[in-house]
Amino acid sequence: MSAIDDVTPVVTAWSEGRIIEKARPTPHTTMLRMHVEDRVRHRPGQHYLIRLRAPDDYTAQRSYSVASDDDDPLVEFLVETLPDGEVSEFLADVAEVGDVLEMRGPIGRWFTWNTTTPALCLVGGTGVVPAVSMVRTARRLGRGDLLRVVAVGRDPESLPYAEELARAGALMAYTRHDDGSRPAGAPTVDELVPLLEGVDLAYVCGSARFAAYAETALIDSGLSPQSIRVERFGPTG
Amino acid sequence: MPVTRGFVRRRRSGHESRLPPGQYDTGSGWPVLTAEATPQIRPEDWSITVDGLVERTTTWTWDEIHQLPLTAYNGDIHCVTTWSKFDVTFRGVSVDDLLDAAGPLPEARFVMAHSSTGYTTNLPLSDVLHGKAWVVWEYGGKPLPREHGGPVRLLVPHLYFWKSAKWVSRLELMAEDRPGFWEQNGYHDRGDPWLEQRYQGDP
Repeated sequence: MSAIDDVTPVVTAWSEGRIIEKARPTPHTTMLRMHVEDRVRHRPGQHYLIRLRAPDDYTAQRSYSVASDDDDPLVEFLVETLPDGEVSEFLADVAEVGDVLEMRGPIGRWFTWNTTTPALCLVGGTGVVPAVSMVRTARRLGRGDLLRVVAVGRDPESLPYAEELARAGALMAYTRHDDGSRPAGAPTVDELVPLLEGVDLAYVCGSARFAAYAETALIDSGLSPQSIRVERFGPTG
Repeated sequence: MPVTRGFVRRRRSGHESRLPPGQYDTGSGWPVLTAEATPQIRPEDWSITVDGLVERTTTWTWDEIHQLPLTAYNGDIHCVTTWSKFDVTFRGVSVDDLLDAAGPLPEARFVMAHSSTGYTTNLPLSDVLHGKAWVVWEYGGKPLPREHGGPVRLLVPHLYFWKSAKWVSRLELMAEDRPGFWEQNGYHDRGDPWLEQRYQGDP
């Protein structure tokens, strides 16, 4: 584990965000685009907390990675609807455009891309979200050459942002779908090795199961464990 | 803050009085949260050292630590990502026994827990004294799984679980506080779940 660039603690405060756009890009995800009051600039890879408050003052909060570039006037999130997900089901089924939610962020400095380091994102399912933010930022800065993305999903219909990532040059690896360019299956060492050439850092994001696969695949492909940063998504929020 | 339109509490876990603010009961699940690749450490290669402001820098191997009195923790754990898990059992040794052997110097007021991966987390020394912290290798009667910090992790259950360093290898006693890994990343220096000390700037 390497050192963090600078060690000044970052203080964030609770604020409010209004839902400006809401969509359901895949059957199990909800996209929210929000206007955040007193917004603080974010780095690609960071997340926000969204907190819901019941009339009896009971609260529930979860963290969600930002999909948007800092330059975007709105902050975009993609929320996977989890079975019995107290917050995700509310955001999918109850929340509407115009609603105001408690928000806090941006949070996190470990799983962030500094926009200058050559990096590979190996991401799966809704774990593609921080990679989307990194790709959008790289595109704005004209530094798409620094970022390689391998996006893993069951099939194109269930993988969020699949078209956008494919357009950006990502290797799209479908485990249950043969798109004619590669057979169905997780990315292999043979596919990863050339993509790791010249790469100093790898970002792994996805479920705990995906992260376990991805760490092993990267190490088997010759990357040092110290160069891997991991963010696990799932029922923890 | 105003009420969220349309949101009501629907979970009733039966453990409400044991649930700190903003937490939910994860039930039988035990989510994994780690920022780095999960290391493979063989018990025979593992050791723990207590050093820094101590009279005697002391190291225990896997076999040596098993000679210390075995103690258990039965109770709850709370993760800053908002899950809590009730009635878990860990077994290992009390941090008190390690500190007694090393002899903390009077000026020692903080401890930095180090993992073999390079992960660090800082705690007030008082939070690991007097039966509040353990070094554990058993969970639910079985060896602690690798992804949960096996073979050996720190356990400080009255604080958020990122303070319970996985793959712990060193306890460094310090006079002044210094931020560890998540603390540098904006997380709280103490992390009391009942005070909701999640991030820098919380009370």
